Amino acid sequence: MIRTPLRPLARILRARETGENPDAIEAENLAQRHAVIQDGARNRAQGRLFIMAMAFVAAFATVGIRMGAMAASQPSEPRAQATGAQIISQRADITDRHGRVLATNLLTHSLYAHPRQMVDPNAAAEKLAAIFPDLKAERLKEDFSGKRSFLWIKKKISPEQMQAVHDIGEPGLLFGPREMRLYPNGRIASHILGGSTFGKEDVASAEVVGVAGVEKAFDRWLRDPANDGAPLSLSVDLTVQAAMEEMLSNGMKVMQAKGATGILMEVKTGEIVAMASLPDFDPNDRPRPLLTGDPSDSPLFNRAVQGQYELGSTFKIFPVAQALDLKLVNANTMINANAPMRIGKYLINEFRNHNYGTLSVTDIIVKSSNVGTVRVAQLLGAERQRDFLERLGFFEPTPVEMSEAPTGKPLVPKRWPAVTSATVSFGHGLAASPLHLATAYATIANGGKRVSPTLVHERSRKEGEQVLSPQAAQTAVQLLRQVVVRGSGRSANVEGYEVAGKTGTADKPRPTGGYYKNKVVSTFASVFPASNPEYVLVVSLDEPTSTGAGGESRTAGATSAPVAGEMVRRLAPLLGLRPITETPLPVVERPLADGIKLVSN
Amino acid sequence: MRSVLYLLTTLAVMGMAFWAYRENYSTQAALTEMGSVQREIATLREDLGVLRAEWAFLNRPDRLQDLVNLNFDKLKLMPFDSSQYVDVVQVSFPKPKPAAAPLDPLGLLTSPDNVPVERPAGFPPIRPQERTP
Repeated sequence: MIRTPLRPLARILRARETGENPDAIEAENLAQRHAVIQDGARNRAQGRLFIMAMAFVAAFATVGIRMGAMAASQPSEPRAQATGAQIISQRADITDRHGRVLATNLLTHSLYAHPRQMVDPNAAAEKLAAIFPDLKAERLKEDFSGKRSFLWIKKKISPEQMQAVHDIGEPGLLFGPREMRLYPNGRIASHILGGSTFGKEDVASAEVVGVAGVEKAFDRWLRDPANDGAPLSLSVDLTVQAAMEEMLSNGMKVMQAKGATGILMEVKTGEIVAMASLPDFDPNDRPRPLLTGDPSDSPLFNRAVQGQYELGSTFKIFPVAQALDLKLVNANTMINANAPMRIGKYLINEFRNHNYGTLSVTDIIVKSSNVGTVRVAQLLGAERQRDFLERLGFFEPTPVEMSEAPTGKPLVPKRWPAVTSATVSFGHGLAASPLHLATAYATIANGGKRVSPTLVHERSRKEGEQVLSPQAAQTAVQLLRQVVVRGSGRSANVEGYEVAGKTGTADKPRPTGGYYKNKVVSTFASVFPASNPEYVLVVSLDEPTSTGAGGESRTAGATSAPVAGEMVRRLAPLLGLRPITETPLPVVERPLADGIKLVSN
Repeated sequence: MRSVLYLLTTLAVMGMAFWAYRENYSTQAALTEMGSVQREIATLREDLGVLRAEWAFLNRPDRLQDLVNLNFDKLKLMPFDSSQYVDVVQVSFPKPKPAAAPLDPLGLLTSPDNVPVERPAGFPPIRPQERTP
């Protein structure tokens, strides 16, 4: 840029010549120069103002947008989850089908010690031993005076004990909160629930893990926080379960049995309403498993699910139902049941060496003829018989939701020669759990649609495959009804409930091979009411003896059938089943005092 | 004019500041209260769990059975039986109570020839049917 001088010589000289004031020229140039400077300054100031304005706009826009967002958002508590973390309700409750509590949690405390912080370890040890009789003062003194800096004293203590320990006033004795699993009903449903123990332990908390039964099978589910504390609703009915255990223990005492088991199952859904196995235990104080001897002698052994018994004549209905389904026989077909019958080198005899001659299919079931059943099974052939039993679920462990279920795999013969086929047809040579039997009977009672047993209430499940035609299934139930009306199960007849069932007395196998002469497992498998089957009841007694008018008897008809009858009499009203009276009682209407007749449609 | 506007603006800003200050403290008070309420909910929930466990423990079938046995002479409770299912017509309902005498809008009762006669003792009380002609 060419700087214009304030007094340019040329213009000054010209102005002097013309007699003008040269100072005016200087003032003009100075004004021009000032105007340029002013323009620059204004531009800079404008730029600064613009930036300032933008900064304010941005700040106010930020505040405005934030206010708008806050006004439009849903109000929520900013610390909602912070204080909601409680130690209790970590593990979901277990309830029965009506919501009555079977297992819940209780907050207790554990007691631990920091021996190095102790003021008077010897006195503390003495006082602790006085509070807890199972602790030894000598042992505690040793622990407290040793090198240990930490030790557990008690895993669960009651509030009274906690207060007593507080009163010792020893700073080295400390408490940690503990969530304890409580089974308020004690022994009732003990085998179904199983039990629980502490898993990982810490001073501040401990995890509770299931060790058996549904507690173990649903361990993940029960501990899943995503369920939001929803209880696990079992299909068990507490009232029915308690009544069944009472009846079963009475029956076991009367029949002098070693053990007993009972299963009550809904036919339509396969839901187990009650399942008991005696002897039982208290899940609050679960006994240790036996380390020596037969595990089935332990009270922890669940006979209903884990027990594998040859279930005897209760199996006879299966080949007969299959033969009815295949239309090989009908209920009146006469079958040659002359005993003894020879298969290869084996002789098949009837109970007490009877010989029934020729029997109808109905009478084979009613009289429980071994030979007759073998003849029917021979009509079927081993292949089809085996296939049918497989479809009834006798070859696999039951799918019931208990940790013991997979261990109850039936003992199925590997090969299936003619003699095995014959013995299996009347329930020997194939050992299955009573739950398998109940499931198979439920399948027959359900019009031949396969039922799978479950312990969970109202879980949606797909419909089972049709194993048997509805007609054959109905005939089979009617045959079973005849057993109770005029056969070996007469003592299980209950007026109004149309019990249909089959007795089964099986000799117990010796562990060394062969069978005991005077030890049996007597089973009664039943369906009621026969006209519209709703429930299946299986009662099994281990080594029962009934002493009646005719001397000692071990047959199922004299041992488990009466127990089952009493059970139906007691349980059916509890289940809400109305007794079926064949002719409705005449109803005499009470006349109203004023002679007015009540009319309704 | 302009000074009045400034004054009003200043007053508005001061008012807003005061409001915001109060809102801030009331929000913090609400948060503290909410925290204590939530702690209370937590303890109540614990108590509820304990009470539920206690209720289940007191209602365990063994204990109820023992109570029934102890009080048998008073209650005479027996196990539920199938004979207890009956039809509705077989239930002996208590007789309906006699309805109170309806108000008499026509004044029939108060007129001298309709004064109710005192019934002798033991005679059934007046029923509504007897009044309607």
